Amino acid sequence: MMLDMEMNKIHIENLNVFAGRQQILKDININIPKNKITVILGPSGCGKTTLLKCMNRLTDLYPELKVTGKVLINDKNVLDPHADIVTLRQYMGLLMQRPYPLPMTIYNNIAYGLKLRGVKSRRDLHKQVMHYLQLANLWDEVRHRLREPASRLSIGQQQRLCLARGLAVNPEIILADEPTSALDPISSQYIETKFTELKNDYTIVLVTHVLRQARRIADYVVFMYLGEVIEQGTVEEVFGNPKMEKTKQYLGGTFN
Amino acid sequence: MYLLNRIQRHRVNYTWMIVSLVLVASLPFLLFLGLYLKSFLLIHDYHLGDLLFSKEWKPGSGKFGFYPFIVGSIWVTLIAMLISGPICILTAIYVTQYTKKRFLRIMHPAIDILAGIPSVVYGLWGILVIVPFISDFVGPLFGVKTLGYSILAAGLVLSIMIIPFILNILIEIFRTIPIELKEASLSLGATQWETIKHVLFKKALPGIIAAFGFGLARAFGETMAVLMVVGNVVNLPKSVFDPGYTLPALIANNYGEMLSIPKYDSALMFAALILLAVSLFFNLVMHFFIDRYNKLAA
Repeated sequence: MMLDMEMNKIHIENLNVFAGRQQILKDININIPKNKITVILGPSGCGKTTLLKCMNRLTDLYPELKVTGKVLINDKNVLDPHADIVTLRQYMGLLMQRPYPLPMTIYNNIAYGLKLRGVKSRRDLHKQVMHYLQLANLWDEVRHRLREPASRLSIGQQQRLCLARGLAVNPEIILADEPTSALDPISSQYIETKFTELKNDYTIVLVTHVLRQARRIADYVVFMYLGEVIEQGTVEEVFGNPKMEKTKQYLGGTFN
Repeated sequence: MYLLNRIQRHRVNYTWMIVSLVLVASLPFLLFLGLYLKSFLLIHDYHLGDLLFSKEWKPGSGKFGFYPFIVGSIWVTLIAMLISGPICILTAIYVTQYTKKRFLRIMHPAIDILAGIPSVVYGLWGILVIVPFISDFVGPLFGVKTLGYSILAAGLVLSIMIIPFILNILIEIFRTIPIELKEASLSLGATQWETIKHVLFKKALPGIIAAFGFGLARAFGETMAVLMVVGNVVNLPKSVFDPGYTLPALIANNYGEMLSIPKYDSALMFAALILLAVSLFFNLVMHFFIDRYNKLAA
C-alpha cells in the first residue's frame, strides 16, 4: 500500500551526483510517501545530506557538483534548470543540523518568510508570526522578547525558531538534516514528538545516522551506504526483516 | 651546571620578552605624551576652541587657526570614502557570491599589489592623470574653472589608494559568513539577491563598518599622495574644485622650515596630535565593531 503512486509525495528517479570524478550519489530511485516520516538512514559520508540538498536544489550553491536525474515534487521536476526554483523551495521547509537563525529579531525571523510569501499587512503578519511560534511551542517562551535578536535564544529554542520559520512559508514537505544532533536530550525529544504530530499535515523527510531515532519515529526507511540506496521499505520491513547483508550489519552495529 | 645555565637563559629571555611587550604596548602612550608636551606651548597660550575652529592661519603674526586644515582633511576623506565604499561593497559581494573560488585566488594577489604601491607613485599618477582629467574634463562639465589641483583630485587619488585595504577586509568578512545561513534564506524561497540584501548584508554590517573605519583612518592620515595633488592653499574650500590643505600635508610641507617663527614648531606638533587622536578614535571604533562581529558570528 505504501508504494501506491497516488500516496507518494516525492519521486526521485535515476539521481546521480558527481563532484569532479568522484560519484557521491549513484542511481538513486526513491518514492517518499505522503504524510509519513521517511527516514534516510546511513553512516556519515554516505550522501544523505547531498540527497536532501538535491530535493530543494541547494546543490546550486556548490558549483563543483554535477547533478543528473529527476526529483519530482507535485509532478514538477526540481532539477529542471527552467523550473521556478524559488517557488518550488517554498514547498519545502528545511531544518539543519545546527540552528542558523537569520541575523534579525525573533519576530523578523518568522516574518521574513511570510513577507516572501506575500503577506503584507501588519495585522496578518503579527497573527501569523504568533501562530507559527505557537505551532513550534516557542510562543510562551518568547512572547515578551519578540524584538530581541534571535541569537540570544538557547540553541534548543533556536532550533524550534528555525522549525517555525520553515513552517511559516507554508510548505507541504519538511526536510530535516539530523536536526537533533546539536541538541540536548530534552530538546531532541521535543523535536521528535513534534514531527510525529506534524506528519498529519506534512510529509517529513528526516536524515539521521541515529538508529534508535529512526526506530522511534520512522514510517518508511531508506538505508544508504557509500552513495547507494541499499534497501528501502516500511520500518517493519527494514528493521524487522532486512534483506540485504549491509543493512543487517548496520542494524547489528558492525559499523556506524 | 648545564641545567642552571638553561634556567638562567630561560629567565633572561623571559625578561626580554616582557621588556619588548611593555615597550610596544606603551609606545602609543609615549607618542601621545611626547606630542602633547611638545605642543603644550600652544595649547597653554590659546583656547582649544580657537585653535580648532579659527579660520586664520598667520603664523608670522601668531595666529594659528587649524580650521582650514581640519575641513580640508574631512572633505578629502569623505570624498574618498563616498567613492571607494560602494565600489568595495559591490566588488566584495560579487567576488564572494557570484564567482567561482578560483577567481578569488586570482583577485587576492591583484589587490595586494594595489596595496603595495608606494603612495608617492599614486601621487605622481594623480598629477599626470587625475589633475588634468579634472581641469580639462570634469571642471568644464560642471562649468567650473579649475587648475585640477583640488580637494576632488585628492579625494579621487585617495579613494583608489584605500580600496585594497577596505576590499581585503570586506572579502574576508563575506567569505566567513557560514554557507548554511545562505541555505536557510534560500530554502525559505528568497532569491539570491534578497538573501544578500536582507541576510548576508545584515550579518556583515558590523564588519563593514569596521572596514570603513579602517579605511577612514588610513585616508585621514595619508600624506604624500594628497600633498601632491590637493593644491596646498590655506583656505576654506567652497567647492570640491577648490584647492585645499590637509593636516598631514601641513606637517610634511613645513616641518624643518620657518621654525624660527615662535610657536610654529608647537603648532605643527598640535596638528600631529589631532591626527593621532583622530586615528586612535577610529581604531577604537573599528575594534568595537570587529568585536561585535566576532560575537555575532560565534
